[in-house]
Amino acid sequence: MRPFAYVKPVDVEAALRAAAEPGAKFLGGGTNLVDLMREGIERPDTVVDVTGLPFDTVEELPDGGLRIGALVRNSALAADRRVRTRYPMLSQALLSGASPQLRNMATVGGNLLQRARCPYFYDHASACNKRRPGSGCDALEGFNRGCAILGVSQSCIAAHPSDLCVALAALDAVAEVRGADGTRRIPLTDFHRLPAGTPDIETELGPGELVTAVELPPLAIPSRYRKVRDRASYAFALVSVAAALEVRDGTVTQVRLALGGLAPKPWRAREAERILLGGPAGEASFRRAAEAELPAATTRPGNAFKAGLAVATTTATLRELNEGGAR
Amino acid sequence: MSTKYAEAGQATRTTYVGQAIDRVDGPAKTTGQARFAAEYPYPDLAHAALVHATIARGRITAIDTEQALAVRGVIDVLTHVNAPAMKPAPKMSFLDLSSIASGTSVNYLATDEVHWNGQPIAVVVAETPETARYAASLVRPAYRVLPATVDFAAEEPNAAPEKGNPLMASRADKGDAHAALAAAPVSVDLTFSTPQHNHNAIEPHATTAVWDGDRLTLHEGAQNIPWLRKHVAQRFGVPETSVRVLSPFVGGGFGGKSRAWAGTLLAALAARATGRAVRLALTRAGVYHTVGGRTASTQRVALGADATGRLSALIHTSVSRTARIGGMPEPITAASHHLYAAPNIHLAQHNVQLDLLPNTFMRAPGESIGTFALESAVDELAWELGMDPIELRLRNEPDRNPVGGQRFTHRMLKEAYALGAERFGWRERDPRPGAMRDGRWLVGMGVATAFHPSMRMPAHVTVRLGADGTLVVRSGMHEMGMGTATVQAQIAADEMGVPLASVRVEYGDSDLPPGPGAIGSVQTASAAAGVIDACAKLKKSVLALARRAPGSPLHGRKLEELEARDGGLHHRGGGQGYTDILNAAGRDHLEAESKSNMLGFVARTVLDRRRRVKAATGAQFCEVRVDPDTMEVRVSRWLGVFDVGTVINARTAASQLRGGIVMGIGMALSEQTLIDGRDGRIMNPSLSEYHIPVHADIPRIDVLYLNEPDPTTPLGLLGIGEVGITGAAAAVANAVRHATGKRVLDLPITLDKLL
Repeated sequence: MRPFAYVKPVDVEAALRAAAEPGAKFLGGGTNLVDLMREGIERPDTVVDVTGLPFDTVEELPDGGLRIGALVRNSALAADRRVRTRYPMLSQALLSGASPQLRNMATVGGNLLQRARCPYFYDHASACNKRRPGSGCDALEGFNRGCAILGVSQSCIAAHPSDLCVALAALDAVAEVRGADGTRRIPLTDFHRLPAGTPDIETELGPGELVTAVELPPLAIPSRYRKVRDRASYAFALVSVAAALEVRDGTVTQVRLALGGLAPKPWRAREAERILLGGPAGEASFRRAAEAELPAATTRPGNAFKAGLAVATTTATLRELNEGGAR
Repeated sequence: MSTKYAEAGQATRTTYVGQAIDRVDGPAKTTGQARFAAEYPYPDLAHAALVHATIARGRITAIDTEQALAVRGVIDVLTHVNAPAMKPAPKMSFLDLSSIASGTSVNYLATDEVHWNGQPIAVVVAETPETARYAASLVRPAYRVLPATVDFAAEEPNAAPEKGNPLMASRADKGDAHAALAAAPVSVDLTFSTPQHNHNAIEPHATTAVWDGDRLTLHEGAQNIPWLRKHVAQRFGVPETSVRVLSPFVGGGFGGKSRAWAGTLLAALAARATGRAVRLALTRAGVYHTVGGRTASTQRVALGADATGRLSALIHTSVSRTARIGGMPEPITAASHHLYAAPNIHLAQHNVQLDLLPNTFMRAPGESIGTFALESAVDELAWELGMDPIELRLRNEPDRNPVGGQRFTHRMLKEAYALGAERFGWRERDPRPGAMRDGRWLVGMGVATAFHPSMRMPAHVTVRLGADGTLVVRSGMHEMGMGTATVQAQIAADEMGVPLASVRVEYGDSDLPPGPGAIGSVQTASAAAGVIDACAKLKKSVLALARRAPGSPLHGRKLEELEARDGGLHHRGGGQGYTDILNAAGRDHLEAESKSNMLGFVARTVLDRRRRVKAATGAQFCEVRVDPDTMEVRVSRWLGVFDVGTVINARTAASQLRGGIVMGIGMALSEQTLIDGRDGRIMNPSLSEYHIPVHADIPRIDVLYLNEPDPTTPLGLLGIGEVGITGAAAAVANAVRHATGKRVLDLPITLDKLL
C-alpha cells in the first residue's frame, strides 16, 4: 500500500479542514476504501478518519421519518426496530449485502460512496476510464456479465454495487452534506451521476464535502427488497428490486420502485411507477410496467439477460407485495 | 471384519479403526498453536512480493526498478537482469516421478521472456510485507509484445490427440461405436463445456526460506515433500540432503500444493540472493497468477441404446488444454472406461497448448469434469427413453471392465443406488419435469455416479516402541486437514494393540522417512500399508525378544498364535505386555521399518492396473429448488452413498467426502475463472468475484458408506480424497433438468442459462 498520512479529527470543522487539503479522503468503515487502497486504485495522501464524529445515531423526525447519521453501521441500522418495522426494504437491503463482518464495519455514509466492482476497474493492466480517464473501457468487449444496461455510455458500463442505495432511492431519501460553504441537501436519486464522458466523477459531492446524515420521509405501506445473485450470499446483485406498494380495491394507490445492478447509479423506476399508479394490481400490469422501464436498455451479449431478469424480478417482487406475503 | 491381514493369520482386533475419532491435531488448530508456513519467525526475516507480467507473451525490453529500490525498507529487487540463475526445471519423466513437481518449464528471472499473463518477472525483498508489496507496484517493465494464443474456445478446434501415459489411457476403442450409434433406435449426442477452475485453499501458498551456507530450510505447505525437496535441490544445484522441507500443516491443498510453483522457488532465490531469511506469502491474486488450475474442456458424449435402455454405443471425446510451457493432460474420459457395459465404445482425448499458466492437479483432475459430461448424457438418455435414470444405470452395470474386460476388485454401485434411493426418498420423485413444487419453488431431483480410481504409492514408515509403552510412527506424510495423523494413529494402535493416546505420529518433515504424496487419493492407503508392515515386523522383533527371555509366557509361541491387545502380545493362555518384554531385555526401545522401491512399485502398479480395476465409487443424490421467476438454483438436499471400502474414521472421512461434494456444487453452479480472450488475463482473481460456494449455498449433506472392505487393499480401504467431487456437478445438472425441463450443457449453471 502506498504510504499516506492518517488523521482522526474530533469535530466536523477539523474534519472539513483536513479534507480541504489535496489528496485527502474520508474514511468511514473502510470496507471499500481500504480494499481499493490495497489494490492501488485509491491513492490518497491523507486519510481523514471520521468515525470519531457524532453522526452515529438514528433519530425520529417530526414528520414520522428517520434521520440516520452517516456513521451508523450497516448492521446497527438493519437491526434498528424502527427500520425493521417501518422500512423493511431498507433492513432487507442492508442484510443482503456483504457479510456480517463487513456490515459491522460499513457505514451508511460510506455506502453512498461505494465504487464500482467491474473487473476492469480493479485490474491495473486493463483500460478503464473510471480508474484512468481516457484509457478506454475494456469491459465493452470483455467480461461484462455484471455490468449495467441502463444509463451507460461508451466510456463506462460499470454498475453501481450498493444494495442500501437502491432502497434509499426508492424511499426518496435525502442526503445531508456538509462542506466549507455550509450544509446542503441532495435527494438520493440525484446524488449519483451517470458516467457520460466522465465516469471517474461518480457523485454530486464537491471536493471536501462530507455526508453527515441520510433522512427518510415516512413510509406507511408494505415494502420489500429482493436481490438476485450468483450465490446465496456474499455476491453483488445481478438485479435487485426495492419496492413499496399499496393496493386498494385492486388498484395501485401508492408505489415506489428502484432497481439495482442495472445502472451506474441506483435506478429509480419512474416510468414503471407512472404506469402502475392508479392502474390495476396484477401480474400482467406489473410485468407491463417493469418492461416499460427497460426500452432504453443498452445490452451486450454478456449482460443481455439482465433485461429479462429485471422484468421477472420486478414482477415477482410486486406480486409478493400484492399478495401480502412479505412485509 | 475380514481383511487380507486377518486372513494371513494375525487376528488383528479393530478397536479404533472405523470409529469417529476426534482429530489429534484439532486442539492445536483451534487454539492457534498449529503453525503454518507463513508463521515461522526468524530474527532476520525479510519479506518478498512478486511483480507479475501484464502481457500474455513477449519480451521484457526494460525493467525500471529505481523507484522501488528507493522505497525505505527495500532490501533488493531481483529481475532477470540481476538475479542469480537457477538451474532449469527437469523434464517430466515417469522414471523419476519427482519430475512432476515442475509446475512449468519456465526458469524464473533467468531470461527476458514472458510466457503467460501473470508470470512473475521480479521479486521485491523488503523489511515488511507492506513495503515489499508497495515497492512491487512501483517496478515498471516495458515489453515487446508477441502474438499469443490464449482463447480456449477459439483454439479448441485445433486440438491434437493426446499421447497417453502408463497411468492414463488417452484413447480406447471397442467394436464400432459410430456405426452402433447411427443404428441405435434411441440416442443422445451432446456437446458440453466446462470452464477453467482455480485453486482457493484457505491458506494461500506461502514459503519461508532460510539458507545456512548451502543448506536450505523451507517452511512450505506441501502435498509432496520428497518431490518438492528434490526439485528445489535440483534448481539450486545442492544435494537433496541439504534441503529440509517442513510442512506440519497445510491449509488445504486440493492438488494445488503438489508442485513447486514460482513463489516457492523465488522465496528460496530471494533468500539466497539477499542472505536473509525470506517469507513470501502469495496474495490471493498471486495464487491465480502463479499456481495452475483445472483445464477448461469441451466434451462430446454420444450414447446409443435400444428401447429397453441397453446401451449399444458410448462415445466420449474431450478437448482440454495444457500450456506451451508445461501442464499435463487430465483423464477426462477415464470414468467412461469403467462405468457402462456398452459393446461399442470410443473414447479419445485431445489437447491444445495455450500461452497460459499450465493446468495442474485439482481434486479429481479429469474425472470431475468428465463425469459431469458422461453422467449428464446418461440422464438425458433416460429422458429420451422415458426411463428412471437409476434404472437405466443399473441396466447397464457391467460385470467386468467394459474396456479391456478386467475384473473389478470391488464393485457395489447397485447397492449404493439401492440404499441411496431408499434414504433419499427417490420413490417420491414425480418423473415429469417441473411437476414437483414447494410453494412457488420448482423442485428437482437428480442422481449421478461417482467414480475415482484407487492407487497406492510407496511409503517409508518406521514404528518405534518405547519401554514406557509409547509408540511413535514416523513418516513424512502430509496433513492438509483430512486427518492424516489421526487415521494412521488409529491403524497403528490397532495393529499393536495399544491405547490410541500412547501413539504419536510424526509427519510433515523431510528429515523423516519419505511418506507418500497427498495426491491422487493415495496417501492413506499407501501409508497404512507401511504402518501395517512395519508393525508386523515390530511385533516379530518384540516376540523374538520375549522368547529369548527365560520365563516369558510367550516362550515357544509363534506370532500367528498371538493377538496384539492390551499393550502386549497375548494368547488364550496368557501373554506379556510390551513394557515388560522390553524392560526384561533391558531395551529402551525397539524399532522396525517398512520401505519399498519406487521403480519396482510403479512397475507393479502399472501391471496391476492392467489386470484389474480398483476404484472408489458412489451414488450422488441431489435435490434443487429453482425460483420460477429468476431461475436462481439452490441445492436443498444432498445424499452421497459411497463405496470406499473400509472407513477408518467416519468423522474425517465424511468431512472429506462432503468437501468434495461442496466443491462439486461450486463447479456446478458458480465457479469459473474468467480469462480474457484478448490477452489471457485472469479477470476474477479473488474470492469476491470467483464464486466458490458460501455456507448459505450448502444444505445439510448426508454421507453414507457401504463399509465393505476391498479385498486387495490394506485394511480394505480405498482413497476418499477425490471421489466426492466426481458426479456431483452432474447430479446438480440432472436435478435442474428435472426441475425445469432444461438441460444445461455449459458449466456453471448460472441463472441466465435457464431464463
